[in-house]
Amino acid sequence: MSRLHVDWTACAGRGLCHELLPEVLGSDPWGYPVPRDGSREPEVPEGLRQHANTAVALCPRLAIRLIS
Amino acid sequence: MAVNEALWYLGRGTGLMALLLLSVATALGIATSTGRVLPGLPRFAVTALHRNAGLTAVVFVIVHIGTLLLDPEAQLRLVDVIVPFVGDYRPFWLGLGTLAFDLLLAVMITSLLRQRIGWKVWRIVHWAAYALWPAGLLHAIGTGTDATQVWYWIAAALSVITVGAAFLWRLVPTGGGRA
Amino acid sequence: MKTLVARVLTAPRAEVPWQGGPGRLIALAQEAGLTGRGGAGFPAWRKLTEVATAHRPVVVANAAEGEPASSKDAELLARNPHLVLDGLQLAAEAVGAAKCHLYASRISAGHARHALDQRKDRWPVTIVEAPDLFVAGEESAVLSAVDGKRALPRDKPKLPVHQGFLVQNVETLAHLALIARHGPSWFRREGTRDEPGTFLATLSGAVANPGVHEAPFGIPLNELLQPAEPIQAVLVGGYHGRWVPWTSEPVSRPGAGVFVALAESVCGLDFSAQVLTYLAGQSARQCGPCLNGLPRIATLLTAVARRRATAGTVTDLNTLAGFVIGRGACRHPDGSARFLHSTLTTFDHEIAAHLRGTCRSRR
Repeated sequence: MSRLHVDWTACAGRGLCHELLPEVLGSDPWGYPVPRDGSREPEVPEGLRQHANTAVALCPRLAIRLIS
Repeated sequence: MAVNEALWYLGRGTGLMALLLLSVATALGIATSTGRVLPGLPRFAVTALHRNAGLTAVVFVIVHIGTLLLDPEAQLRLVDVIVPFVGDYRPFWLGLGTLAFDLLLAVMITSLLRQRIGWKVWRIVHWAAYALWPAGLLHAIGTGTDATQVWYWIAAALSVITVGAAFLWRLVPTGGGRA
Repeated sequence: MKTLVARVLTAPRAEVPWQGGPGRLIALAQEAGLTGRGGAGFPAWRKLTEVATAHRPVVVANAAEGEPASSKDAELLARNPHLVLDGLQLAAEAVGAAKCHLYASRISAGHARHALDQRKDRWPVTIVEAPDLFVAGEESAVLSAVDGKRALPRDKPKLPVHQGFLVQNVETLAHLALIARHGPSWFRREGTRDEPGTFLATLSGAVANPGVHEAPFGIPLNELLQPAEPIQAVLVGGYHGRWVPWTSEPVSRPGAGVFVALAESVCGLDFSAQVLTYLAGQSARQCGPCLNGLPRIATLLTAVARRRATAGTVTDLNTLAGFVIGRGACRHPDGSARFLHSTLTTFDHEIAAHLRGTCRSRR
């Protein structure tokens, strides 16, 4: 099981991540990601690993990463 | 049709395709840099389009250069591919193409290695895109033997309109806070 | 129980009680039950243990004290810098440090420099000046400044303690030095079993005894603070703390020992709105949720304080608070949300009055 770590100082609310991983991330009124499970580093189920990798690669600010 | 002629047509054709694709990539890059949404298109799709247009453009540029290297009439030497402004045929306009290619390589390599070099370094090199597109455009106009043909000018105009429209869209002010 | 005691503020200068090797002090700290005095109250021995496992540990004495209502660290460095510096040396010995720093605002740094000139320490201490900002004392901001960069909180994929950085409040180090000098049993003679020892308290607001005092844990609130006029509530722990009603109950979890007494004649919502406006202005502006959420919260609470709000405003406040928690590089938004929550709970009757257009305190 891996977790998503958000570098909040880099995140600019571009919103690609919650488009690509809607099951794990919602969005606040300003476009910043909100972990749906309420934790600081939400879990990413194995089935969504691929989408999470895409989100990590496409984030314009390189603000998220997957950690195990 | 002789092989040489085929190479010549292929060389020019791929060059023009590369210019159009680079214009699309540049326009999309300008549009996404605002952080604003293009109506109707999810953000990740726009980003993916931008990347793919860019990568496809690189492929076309490589074929463009490759065919011209093979074509004896083009008089393109290997050194002209990397070092700008030392060519025999229209050195200035050719050199702009070389310059564009060098910058394109830098942009592509840093983008592929983005996660390893970090955002700040990547971003500085990526700004070279603002030099690379005009250089490519001027190279096409200056060295293109078809520069007198109407369809050539149409293609060049489309390129300018695409990027210009994105630039204007970016300048239109909008509300919202960003970190 | 004695009321106010004298330990870290007045302990006389003495030789550094070297322990003779790394690690020994950690056992003493554990026995004594020393917890951090920077606000978090984390057991000191656990931080020391973790940092001691690193290859080249770095110890930073933190005197940044960005909290406006706190002046205990400044007072400690002015009155007893040598005790703090002793503690810093002992902590360095305990973890086998490679480097030592002291991070303080200009005036405190001056006191420390003056004291350092009178010493010949085993570990040379570099003084790093801290900007006068609320978040300057945050752990990653401290380390950033020590590294020569701006004192801003950084992203922390791994906590600093796990990377060999010990950032310890100067008061904690002072207590550590006294534990090394007199032993854990002596330390436990004051305070309670669960919260042993003494702490420095900064008192302000409607009190007749403002300023810095040293007190044992477990002291009743109405013995620590002497009211200058009737008090309705006390803000404990600073601007990221919580409201406590005026009581004779013992003080518990005072955080960084900040106590602001709110007179009955002052509107709690007015005061809180000003605090939140300040907190919003002190955002490092690096993280979207904090940068966008805190000013919005401040605006809404100000509307409530000025009797220009509706019940919907209060709902919005709660929603916003939920949005800023846990979504930032540091805990500035979390602490601010905690203060907001405490305000909304403690002053619920006042809020009801304001929504009706009146105010319960005499303005």
